[in-house]
Amino acid sequence: MKKAVQVQQDEPVARPSVIEIRNLQKIFAARDGHPVQALSSVSLDIAKGEFLTIVGPSGCGKSTLLRLVAGLVDPTEGNLLLNGSPITGPQRDMGIVFQSPVLFPWRSVLDNVLLPADVLKLDKRDARKRALELLEIVGLSDFAKKYPNELSGGMQQRVAIARALVHRPSVVLMDEPFGALDAMTRDTMNLEIMRIWREAGTTILFVTHSIPEAVFLGERVVVMTARPGKIAEVVDVDLPANRGIDIVNTDHFGTYARRIRNHFNARGLD
Amino acid sequence: MAVTTEGTPSPRRKTFVETIRHRPEYVLGPSLLVVLLSVWHGLVTWMEVPSYIVPKPHEVASAFYNGVFKGNYLYHAGVTLSEALSGFFIASSLGLVLGTLIAQSRLVEKTLYPYLITIQTTPKIAVAPLLIIWFGFGMTSKVVIAATVAFFPVLVNVIAGLRSIDREKVELMRSLNASKWQMFWMARLPSALPIIFAGLNVAIVFSILGAIVGEFVGSKAGLGNVILQANINMDTSSIFAVLVCLAIIGISMHGLMGFLQRRLVFWGNSGPSG
Repeated sequence: MKKAVQVQQDEPVARPSVIEIRNLQKIFAARDGHPVQALSSVSLDIAKGEFLTIVGPSGCGKSTLLRLVAGLVDPTEGNLLLNGSPITGPQRDMGIVFQSPVLFPWRSVLDNVLLPADVLKLDKRDARKRALELLEIVGLSDFAKKYPNELSGGMQQRVAIARALVHRPSVVLMDEPFGALDAMTRDTMNLEIMRIWREAGTTILFVTHSIPEAVFLGERVVVMTARPGKIAEVVDVDLPANRGIDIVNTDHFGTYARRIRNHFNARGLD
Repeated sequence: MAVTTEGTPSPRRKTFVETIRHRPEYVLGPSLLVVLLSVWHGLVTWMEVPSYIVPKPHEVASAFYNGVFKGNYLYHAGVTLSEALSGFFIASSLGLVLGTLIAQSRLVEKTLYPYLITIQTTPKIAVAPLLIIWFGFGMTSKVVIAATVAFFPVLVNVIAGLRSIDREKVELMRSLNASKWQMFWMARLPSALPIIFAGLNVAIVFSILGAIVGEFVGSKAGLGNVILQANINMDTSSIFAVLVCLAIIGISMHGLMGFLQRRLVFWGNSGPSG
C-alpha cells in the first residue's frame, strides 16, 4: 500500500531564525601545549521549527558546535544568538538529549521527565500534565511509575527525549542520541522523533555521524569536515514530509547520501 | 529426580523438597555449622584439651545461656552497643558534614586528601590509652574511641562518593542552569549514596571494634570488660560466650545497614551480601 506522497507547500520563504551563528571559532588548549582548533569560522542560521541535522566524521567539531549552542562551553571567537540575544551560558529555552540517556536511577520515569521542571521550578501541576502527555507521545504511558533500570535502552532514550521537551524549550539539541542503539531500534526511533517533531513543533538540532540518518531526518543537512572543523556544505533535503523508513531505498535519497559522502571520500577522512 | 505430581501424599512436604532444591544453601549452611561444631567437639575430646584452654561447644552454650538469662550479659551488651552506636552516629554525622564541605572545593580537597589518607591508614586504636587518660574510665572515652575509628571511612567515602558522579549528569544539570544547591541535592548526593553506604558499613563494624578496644584499655562495664574479667579467671567458656554475643551484635548491625541501604539506595546493587 503506497501512501500518497504529500508535497506540502510549506511556508513560502524565510522563517525567522531562532539561532544565529556568526563566524564561530573554538580553540581548545590541549595538555601537550599545542592548542587544537575544534571549529573554524562556522556561520549558520537555524530557522524556527526547523529540523537541522549536522553530519560529519568524529573529530569534526559537530559535538563542540552543539555544546557551544547549549552554552556549556564558551566560544573562542564569534557570536551566538538565541532569539536575537547572545548565548552566554546555559539557556532555559533549550532541551538537550545526549548520546546516553543520562537518567537518574533514583527517580521514576515520570520524575526523570519532570527533572527540568523541578530545576527550573515550574508549576508542578502543569509540568506533571505536560510530562504525562509527553510520555504518551513517546509511548511510555504505562511506564511512568517504573524506574530506569527496568527499561530497555531504546525506552530510556525516549524518556530522555520527553525530558528534553517538558519545559517547552524552543530549541532541542540532540547529540547522536541513537548512536548506542541497535539498527532496528534506531529506525524506529528515527520515525518516532520525526513524529514528535511534527507534534511538538520545536526546532531540532540533531548531530549524527550516520549519513542516512542525517538525510532521513533533516530538512537541511549541515556537512562538516575535520581538521579544523568547518562546514563543507549545507544540503537542502527535499523529501516528502510524511516519509517512511522505506525512503532510504529510493534513488532520490541515494543521491543526497552520495553527495554528502563525496565530501568525506574526496578528503580521505576517517 | 522426577517428583510425581499426582498422588503426592502431602503438599507441605513437596513444598519443602522444592524449597531445598531451589535454595540448597538453606540446608547446606546449617549443616556446615553442625559439622564444624562436631569437629570442634571431637578434636577437643580426642586431644583431651582442658576446658580452660578450649571449652567444648556445649560448655560455651551453657555459659552463653547463664550469662544472658541469669547473668548480666544483656546489661554489658547494652553498654557496649550504646558506646558503639553513639560513636557511629557522631562519626557519620561529622563525616557527612565535613566530607561534603571538603568536596565543595577541589583545592581544599587536594590539599587535605594526603593527610586524610595518612590518618586513615594509621591504626587509630593506638591512641586509645591516651583517650582513656583524657576522657576517663566511663562511657565517654569509649564513645570517643569508637567515633575516632569510624570517622575516617565515612569521611573518605563521602568525598570519593561526591566525586564519583558522571560528567554527563553534571552536564545535564548544568544545561538546565541548576544552582550549586540543586546540583548537590538532586544529582551529586544521590549519586554518592552507594559509596557513602559502603563507608557507613565499614564504620558500624569499626565502631564496635573501637568500643571493645576502649573497654580493654580501661573500663568499668561492657562486653570488653566482661572478656577481661573472664580472662583473669581463666573462664574460657565465658570468653567464647561473649564472642558469640559480639558476633550477634555485629551481624545485627550489618543487617540493619543492609536494610537501610536497600531502602535508601534501592536503585543500586543490593546491599552488602550476607
